[in-house]
Amino acid sequence: MKKQNYLSGYVINFIACAALIVFSAVAGTLGFSVKLSTIIWQCCYFIILACSLNLVLGFLGQLSLGHCGFMAIGAYASALISLAFQRAGFYTEKSGPQFMLVLIICVIAAGLLAALVGLIVGIPALRLKGDYLAIITLGFGMIIVNVINNLPFCGMDGLSQGSASSALYQTGLGFILNQLTDYLWLPVTLMVLCVAAMFLFIRSKYGRAIRAIRDNEIAASASGLNVSYYKVLTFVFGAFFAGIAGAIFACCNSSLTTGSFSFTSSSILNSTFIVVMVVVGGMGSLTGSAVAAVGMFMLNYTIKNGKWVESLPEFLQMVFSYPMLVYSIALIIVIIFRPKGIFGTYEFSLRRFFVSIPKLPQMIKNRAAAKKEKAEVAENE
Amino acid sequence: MSERIPVLKTEHLGITFGGLRAVSDFNIEIYEGELIGLIGPNGAGKTTVFNLLTGVYQPTEGSVYLCGEKLNGRKIHQFVDAGIARTFQNIRLFSQMTVAENVKVAFSKDIKYGMLSSIFRSPAYWKTEREIEEKAMNLLSIFKLEGKAGYLASALPYGEQRKLEIARALATNMKVLLLDEPAAGMNPTETAELLECINIIRERFGVAILLIEHDMSLVMNICERIQVINFGQTIARGLPEEIASNPEVIEAYLGK
Repeated sequence: MKKQNYLSGYVINFIACAALIVFSAVAGTLGFSVKLSTIIWQCCYFIILACSLNLVLGFLGQLSLGHCGFMAIGAYASALISLAFQRAGFYTEKSGPQFMLVLIICVIAAGLLAALVGLIVGIPALRLKGDYLAIITLGFGMIIVNVINNLPFCGMDGLSQGSASSALYQTGLGFILNQLTDYLWLPVTLMVLCVAAMFLFIRSKYGRAIRAIRDNEIAASASGLNVSYYKVLTFVFGAFFAGIAGAIFACCNSSLTTGSFSFTSSSILNSTFIVVMVVVGGMGSLTGSAVAAVGMFMLNYTIKNGKWVESLPEFLQMVFSYPMLVYSIALIIVIIFRPKGIFGTYEFSLRRFFVSIPKLPQMIKNRAAAKKEKAEVAENE
Repeated sequence: MSERIPVLKTEHLGITFGGLRAVSDFNIEIYEGELIGLIGPNGAGKTTVFNLLTGVYQPTEGSVYLCGEKLNGRKIHQFVDAGIARTFQNIRLFSQMTVAENVKVAFSKDIKYGMLSSIFRSPAYWKTEREIEEKAMNLLSIFKLEGKAGYLASALPYGEQRKLEIARALATNMKVLLLDEPAAGMNPTETAELLECINIIRERFGVAILLIEHDMSLVMNICERIQVINFGQTIARGLPEEIASNPEVIEAYLGK
């Protein structure tokens, strides 16, 4: 019975994912605008980023403020590798099997390189806890960005002086305009695969172990868990997916600058902002992270580009001209009314959703009956 | 018949914190299936002894042997791998996890499937998970907790949290079980239930148990031998009756 439940769950999820990917693959023929495609690209990497940080922050319970550093590594790795292939004459135009191969290599290499750096950073950093860990990861995030800045082949100057920056979108894997719509399947597929992998990870012995470590580290080690191993493993696993998110970022941008990954970056792509997404969505819920990532991104996007801000009273318009102020107020509201985040530790399940649909009328009836009874009791009193 | 090897043995075990000798020259031998009580007034160093026996502290002198194997210098989880499990004086459960998951965590070290198996849900994954589910439920049923397997650990009443902690310790498949004040804060009924549990554990698992306890009636009732420490020094060891009439022990507890 139980296994059947699992099996039907997998089948339903698999069909849903496949449908999503197919839908994104034919997006070009459905007449998706470039604007819409760009939004989807951005949502995809934000979802991966928030979910991967949730592994470290929500499930392992360690505050890391350097997540965008790993993303930067992924972005630069994939951009430079694709350029190297292009210069070597491996592919000439952005289509065909050879380009696909390069694309796959770039994405995997981005993840692996970020994971490697995650390992190097994680081993010393995860000896610390709490605020100290936050500070050291913050530092590492900045160090990574600075190192990239000063590497001769990919630095700030290097890229803007034509070695990669402008070349990226002409010849590398940076997609522009219609290509963004044509390749929409790429971020969607990666997002589905990454989130699925993370979900399966937390529903295995690893997930149990890291949640145990979050709840009580001493008891976890007294139950035979190698605490530092699991901590580093989860950190590296999270960094791997941040790297993949970086690869997607590199694809949907025509040029790369380290400024967009730095801690002082005022855009939404900022390590603290990813932390906010995880906290708002619910620490310990991948569903929450995904929803919050899309929600916060859309909030940011519409504040900057939407017309609805103009219809607000003048006072509010002034507030909205400082978006960061709006996010902090939103965060405070969420923390006050839902301290565990919007979803807490709840995970959405398609199977449960479908099972509950036929029961819905009954549920509503029951609730109405309960309400009626309550009212009658109150009346009698 | 050859000489029996003690399951757990310490030789001149001691630790100093700065200038303070918390425990010194602690010797104990526990044989298979034995139940030994460790008592002493508050601050005598009982929990420090437990921390030394489980690798939380590294001893500054002496050594710990498990079945003749020296355990000095190992990490906490390696002590558990070797076969020493413990419970805590102040309950330490994984409060945001279910009762069943609490026990399953302790099985982790025996789970062989790796990262790829868990992501691709290989047959090995299903097989182990099913086995573990079964083992966990068996263990919970010993403590009559199987009906609450889906509850959050923090939702259990105090007495059952204690039991769950013992169940989790048993899941590590240990040779020696260290119980740190299992009856603390329990009412007489709960203590009686605990006593029953301990007896069941001894029957079913045949493990050696070292028990710290302040409830003297419990200690005198079930312990085969008792060791008394005060200010980190062993002041008496022997059978319960001997301990109860030992003048030094009475002095340590009541003063002159």
